[in-house]
This record gives sequence, C-alpha cells and structure tokens, in this order.
Amino acid sequence: MSQSVVEIQNEIIEEFSMLDGNMEMTIEYIMELGQQLPEMEESEKTEENIVKGCQSKVWLGATLEDDKIQFVADSNTAITKGLVSLLVRILSGRAPQEIVDSDLFFVDKVGLNRFIGTQRSNGLGAMMKQMKIYGLAFSTKVEN
Amino acid sequence: MSSTLVEYKIDIQKIREEFPILDQQVNGKQLVYLDNAATNQKPQRVVDALVYHYQNDNANIHRGIHTLAERSTTAFEETRKAIQGFINSNEAEEIIFTKGTSESINLVASSWGRKFLNAGDEVLISTMEHHSNIVPWQMICEEKGAILKIMPINEAGEIVIEEVKKLLSEKTKMVAFNHASNTLGTVNPVKQITKMAHAVGAKVLVDGAQSTSHLEVDVKDLNVDFFAFSAHKMYGPTGLGVLYGKRDILEKMPPYQGGGEMIKDVSFEGTTYNDIPYKFEAGTPDIANVIAFKKAIEFIEELGKDNIAAYEHELLIYATEKLAAIEEVKIVGTAKDKVSVISFTVEGVHHFDLGMWLDAKGIAVRTGHHCTQPLMEHFCIEGTARASFSVYNTHEEIDAFVKALKDIISKFK
Repeated sequence: MSQSVVEIQNEIIEEFSMLDGNMEMTIEYIMELGQQLPEMEESEKTEENIVKGCQSKVWLGATLEDDKIQFVADSNTAITKGLVSLLVRILSGRAPQEIVDSDLFFVDKVGLNRFIGTQRSNGLGAMMKQMKIYGLAFSTKVEN
Repeated sequence: MSSTLVEYKIDIQKIREEFPILDQQVNGKQLVYLDNAATNQKPQRVVDALVYHYQNDNANIHRGIHTLAERSTTAFEETRKAIQGFINSNEAEEIIFTKGTSESINLVASSWGRKFLNAGDEVLISTMEHHSNIVPWQMICEEKGAILKIMPINEAGEIVIEEVKKLLSEKTKMVAFNHASNTLGTVNPVKQITKMAHAVGAKVLVDGAQSTSHLEVDVKDLNVDFFAFSAHKMYGPTGLGVLYGKRDILEKMPPYQGGGEMIKDVSFEGTTYNDIPYKFEAGTPDIANVIAFKKAIEFIEELGKDNIAAYEHELLIYATEKLAAIEEVKIVGTAKDKVSVISFTVEGVHHFDLGMWLDAKGIAVRTGHHCTQPLMEHFCIEGTARASFSVYNTHEEIDAFVKALKDIISKFK
C-alpha cells in the first residue's frame, strides 16, 4: 500500500470537490464508485456479516492476510454500496492497529453526513464502527 | 380504487400563498413536498397564531387570576370547543389534549387497559396498524395476560370483514384499528367494524392520524368509543394530539399520569382527582400549540372537508394512473377506498436509493417501512417509497414527480 490513510482521504476530498456540491452529480458519482467495488461472494453475504442500517443492508467481511486486513463489502442499495466502497478503498489492506487509529475526516469534509443521515439511514456509520471492531479483534492476532 | 371524481371548489394559488415554505429551492430544484402523511405543512395563520400568543398573551393557564392567564386560558379552551365541533363530539370535556396519536393510544391502553383488561381477554388490531397502535396493546396484553389478535387484510390492503366476524367473541374487549392506513392509504369501514365490535360488547379505538385532515370525522355517527389523532398531520403544530373518548368511559378510567392540573385535592393521606378532561392532562399542557391549532382547524373548515376530499381524490387518481403506467412501478395498497397516499416499489431500485435521488431533484417522499413492519412482512417487502398529498399539492407537482421517477429508473437500467 503506497498511499496513507490521510493521502487517500485527501484524494477522495479532491474528487468530490470537482462535483461542486451538485447533489445529483454527487449521487451519480457515488453509484459509479459502488459499481467498481470488487464483488463479494454470495457465500460471504451471511447473516453474521450483516451490518444493519435502518433502510438498507450492508455486508462486511474481513480476513487477515500477511498481517493486513482485507475487507470485502456489498449493499443492497446502490448509494450505500458506493459509500461503502470509499471505506474499503481507504482501509482495506492495512494493519489492524492502523484501522483502529484511523481518523476518517473525509466524511465531514465531503459532506457525506448528508448521506449517513441523522437516523442511521444507510449503515455507513455502523460500517465504520464495524471496520474498527475488526481492526481491534485482529490486532490481538498480529504481533506488534 | 374508486375513480369517480366529484366537483370541488379549490383556489390552489390562494391556498399555496398561505404556505410560504413551499416556495423554495431544495438542492437547486423547486421543492415538491409529497411527504404529507408524515407531517403536512402549516399555513401562515398557524405560524402567526403561535408568534402572536408568545408576543401578547403568554401565561400559564387555569387558576391564574391575572389578565394574561385569563386570555391564554380562554384561547386554550376555545380550541377544545373547536375540536368538539370539528369531530362532532357531544361535549368539549370529551376532548383530551395529548402529545400526539401515540400518546392518545398509550393513554387508553394504559389507563383503560389496566382497569378493564383481564387474563384471557382479547384485543383485536389489524395487520395494517402503525407501530403506535400495536406496541401499546402488546405491552398491556403482556402485563394483564390478555391476548392480542390480528384482523387480516387481503392483497389490496383491506381488512377482511369475514375474518373479523370469526375473530370477534365475548372475549374481545377492545378493537383498535386505523381509520386510514399511513402506508397503504386504505380507508377502513369504521362504522361497520364498530357495530360488529359493539355487538360482542367490545370497545373501539380508532387511530385517526391519517384521516382527520382528509375525511369527514363525526365521532357520534361513527359511534367509536375512542378516537385518536395528531395536530401536525392536519396543518397544525407538532407535539400535540387529541384523544376523544365517550364521557361515561373516560369517567370510569383511572388517571394516566399524576401531577398538577389532574387533581382536585392533594394531601399526603390521599388525592382526589379532577373531572375529565383535566384528569388526563397532568402538568402544564402545550398551551401555545393548542391555541395555534385552532387556526389549522379553521383552515380546514374554511376550505370544507368535501372540497378537500374531492380535490385530493383527484390528485390520488391522477398520480395513481401515471405511476401505474410505469412498467417498473408496483403500487402497494390498491383498496377501493383510499386517502391520498400511494406506496410503491420500483423493480431494480431500492427505496432508499429512490428517496435520495428524488430528494436530489427537490422531491420529498418518505421511504422505508413507515412504522408498519408487520404490514411489510405481510407483503414480503422491506419497505416502500410513499408519496402522499395534501390540499396544497398540484397536478404539476405530480407531473414533476413522475418525470423525476422515470429519469431515476433509467439510471438503474
């Protein structure tokens, strides 16, 4: 992994700034990102991999490979899938402790709170939490 | 659904002038507000009444001897009288102010239920109830060992009367159902079911949250024992609801909450309770909102329920026809008798994505399970998108909504 958590987030902020706050273009872009998310095997979409949001389903799987966590994810809604893809892009392939310590400032900067919603509308907030929980769980398996 | 259109007298431009909130851009687009079943907008006169009260008359009500207290008390009780007229109850004392429909139902379930429900008794509700007309009954049934039974619905989303007949017995003590479904729009045959329930000696509570701003409500004619509704779904302020109950039943019910206002005399040895409605209105009520609510009732009465119902029905038919013509759209709830609520799913588009997209185009609808999860389960769906219309909505807004919907669907192909 060549880019840091901060660098990728700055890249994302830059990408979204080009959309100039246009809501339709932003949604369209988020959906495009979701389409690029590597496919999650159907067999991985288990009940225990579900991160429950209020209006949509999110599946999140994590495996430890060479002391790095690889995330796979999917959602039954196109917009959430796009949002989820951003988190995977930032955090997948990193050491557990780095995930635990990460500050996901891009959410505020890009204005994604609008999509997270005040009522946990799509599980993005829950997903961020779940990724950190995986980080914490796997950190005990990694020799520091 | 009945496609018969009735003549109406609606000056839509004049009406919309009373709702300045509608004249705004959302995400760079003209706002089209179609989330009226959740809450509808407030005419300027309601907003003005709130401001006027706080600027001129504000004081705590009842027991105050000074002029402001007197003015506030008078205005507060004037609303109670206005509601009495609006739903045609026998007396103003049968009108109890609550926080909303949910609290009204909780009051009955808790107070009436605690006194009159016994182990083995049955409470009957329908599949299409809002959670607020399910959970309070579950709670009291659990506490008392009573049994909650469900009136089933058909594929159109109508209560199956034949099945209700089978479910009713001398064990049935309460039949609670909505006048109109918030998710499906179905208008339920209140008079018919009430008659059937009374025949076995059961009481009837009707959740009128979705009917009060659309349909004529005459509690004497309906002969229901309780009728619950919310001000904010009928052009009035949020945080305020009403419970109508027949005097003889209300008088037999114990207080719901203790505090000021609800007492006659208090000593440490014991307390005697006030008469209805005050027995059920513990604490300082929502004075300003109650006072402003009268203006919402006046707004509805000026337009006339017949006019409102006829106009909204036309909007419903217009929108239903346009939506039905879209191949990917499936309307959920096709009862013969409906208020202006259309729930629908779109093949290939999750309702959450749909709601976000519509919002990006300035169109406000509600998406999700609409607090009716058992109903979603009945139709084997996770949720729907719901467009609901009030008297200020227009045919042009429906056109904009349908155009946006088609555009969104094309993005998912």
